[in-house]
Amino acid sequence: MKKSVFFGAVATAGLLAGAASAQTLAEVQDRDSLRCGVTTGLVGFAAPDETGEWEGFDVAVCRAVAAAVLGDGSKVEFIPTTGSTRFTALASGEIDLLARNTTWTFSRDVDLEFEFVGVNYYDGQGFLVRKDLGVTSATELDGATVCIQTGTTTELNLADFFRANGMSYEPVPIETNAEAQQQYLANACDVYTTDASGLAATRAAFEAPDDHMLLPEIISKEPLGPLVRHGDNVWGDIARWTLNALITAEELGVTSENLEEMMAGTDNPEINRLLGTEGNLGEMLGLEADWAANAIAVAGNYAEIFEANIGEETAIGLARGLNAQWTDGGLLYSPPFR
Amino acid sequence: MTAMTDTQPDEGFRLSQLIYDTRYRSITIQIIALICVLVGIGWLVNNAVTNLAEAGQDFNFDFLGNVAGYDINQKIIDYDSQMTHGRATLVGLLNTLLVAVLGCITCTIIGVTMGVLRLSNNWIVQKLATVYVEGFRNVPVLLWIVLTMGVMIKIPPDPRQFRSGDASMMLWDSVAITNRGVYVPRIMYESGSAIVVGVLLLSIAAIFGFRHYARKQQEATGKILPVLWVSLGLLFIPAILAQVVMGSPIGLQNPYFRGFNFTDGVHLRNSLIALWLALSLYTGAFVAENVRAGILAVSKGQSEAAASLGIRPSRIMNLVVLPQAMRVIVPPMISNYMNLTKNSSLALAIGYMDLTGTLGNITRNQTGREMECVIMLMAIYLCLSLSISAVGNWYNNSVKLKER
Repeated sequence: MKKSVFFGAVATAGLLAGAASAQTLAEVQDRDSLRCGVTTGLVGFAAPDETGEWEGFDVAVCRAVAAAVLGDGSKVEFIPTTGSTRFTALASGEIDLLARNTTWTFSRDVDLEFEFVGVNYYDGQGFLVRKDLGVTSATELDGATVCIQTGTTTELNLADFFRANGMSYEPVPIETNAEAQQQYLANACDVYTTDASGLAATRAAFEAPDDHMLLPEIISKEPLGPLVRHGDNVWGDIARWTLNALITAEELGVTSENLEEMMAGTDNPEINRLLGTEGNLGEMLGLEADWAANAIAVAGNYAEIFEANIGEETAIGLARGLNAQWTDGGLLYSPPFR
Repeated sequence: MTAMTDTQPDEGFRLSQLIYDTRYRSITIQIIALICVLVGIGWLVNNAVTNLAEAGQDFNFDFLGNVAGYDINQKIIDYDSQMTHGRATLVGLLNTLLVAVLGCITCTIIGVTMGVLRLSNNWIVQKLATVYVEGFRNVPVLLWIVLTMGVMIKIPPDPRQFRSGDASMMLWDSVAITNRGVYVPRIMYESGSAIVVGVLLLSIAAIFGFRHYARKQQEATGKILPVLWVSLGLLFIPAILAQVVMGSPIGLQNPYFRGFNFTDGVHLRNSLIALWLALSLYTGAFVAENVRAGILAVSKGQSEAAASLGIRPSRIMNLVVLPQAMRVIVPPMISNYMNLTKNSSLALAIGYMDLTGTLGNITRNQTGREMECVIMLMAIYLCLSLSISAVGNWYNNSVKLKER
């Protein structure tokens, strides 16, 4: 590792410093902080608040993992990444976990050699336009100028969508959401396209959100989830089951409010196993018995995190939709804690 | 009895001589240094190979043949999202070359003008040139690029304002300045335009012939022919005549507003303009200093001597001062051109799809081939710089003081 650190310093950015395998957990514990890659700023998902504290839907995942591993949800070092720097940051070991509304795709999983630990938001790519543009469908966008974040799946979907519909467009490539917002608001592009949730979050930050609308077409599947490097299955399991713990907590009715009560022991053996009062699931992961309880204690279960950051009560106003529990007709379905 | 011969025992070459004998010492040190450097490089390469193998990544360039899948807005050659990453790289390289060539031309013009103005006797002109040089030279070029782009996006009207009548096109409806770029007329070649172009090429050949003749004439008789006016006449009159006779085969197609944007003209994207302008102004400040240094390096006696021979001021500049100043100006100019070309990679900041934007960003990101892409990128920029250097040195050899 010393060797690879030196090499990383000598060689230029982009060279792969040797990815340490199967020791991320030990590194995080030694460092006593989790390095988590997030966006450079997307309100609702990951953005610093007025006091400089990071908050958001993706941030909550980072904090939950930190709480599960270190027992404290504030022991996270947030590292902002752009669409094109995130994978290098993860592959080189600069970050331990990437929670940056990243789409789970075949090539990222297999060819780029990352391990997606689950899906925390089922999304799709949409289009944001001004209402006075007079467009009601994405199929009317022939010849439009489209702002697009580079290095994302949305860039490829966009090319496919316009080609499949025999339309032309003028892509304006940009690096971050803030730049896209600037160009879009200045009318330097007619359309801004990215994941529909991201568009909703961006629109919520506008001065006059009602002058803009999302077109009805959703042109792709974008399962967004946190990811880690290939090859460290212990660490991958921790991230995966922390996310599952948040989802299961909602399913079982464990919230940040009744957590202490439930920790005293319940009649439901699955809740007991989840919270570590029964069985040895924590030990199997190499963590404390109350790892999942710690994760839930930070910001509550999945539903609480959703509602607090991007739910209908917030300015972003996203409905649960596909992201409801399977029992409510959604896609969230955590494997059992057994 | 034989005479004793005083023979020095020939001990031959001893190892200690490598250190204590001045004849060998320098070679020893050089060889040791070379070995250290080679071992260092070998260790780095070995480390990279080991780490790549550990991460389970092979090292190959096959990805260049795969479908790119993304679109590029500014393409000089034909390209669509179904072509390969290799093709996308080429499109990016051409965009880099475009902005580099445009930038080098404009920075030379700006730089020479400003350099000469800085030596002006007019106080205001001189101070303005000083402000320009110091202002641009002392602020990072990235800031100038981002600032120019910001201005390009915020200030000009957006295309829809042209439809509603809030903004109008310039120069008899031929040029539209929008916050998405500038649209200018496109040149249309219809049947018969080959003849007009042919005439133009013949005219250019004729100009060279005439200049040769004029020089011969001057050397033989001392008479100076009006080269400039004849050249201009030769360039334009036959081509315009051909254009009229053939019934205007070469025409201009004005851009017009349709749908979301202007169509049918040439679209100079604001990313290109911002990058071009910022790089030219920034590098131009350095060129101005080189030009000023070059002119100041020619001793005043030279121009005074020329004046005393009765040569006119413009000819003193062209025949006496500039040829000598060039010796000082040319070498740093080469490095300015190289800097401009390398700085063009800052295009990434404003979304100009140059080589760094295509190969170094999107392709690298979509394929995950960081090592290969970065090495290729470095190799290409190295080749570009070495080519500029080679051309520059060739030119420098042709203008430098000939010592015979």
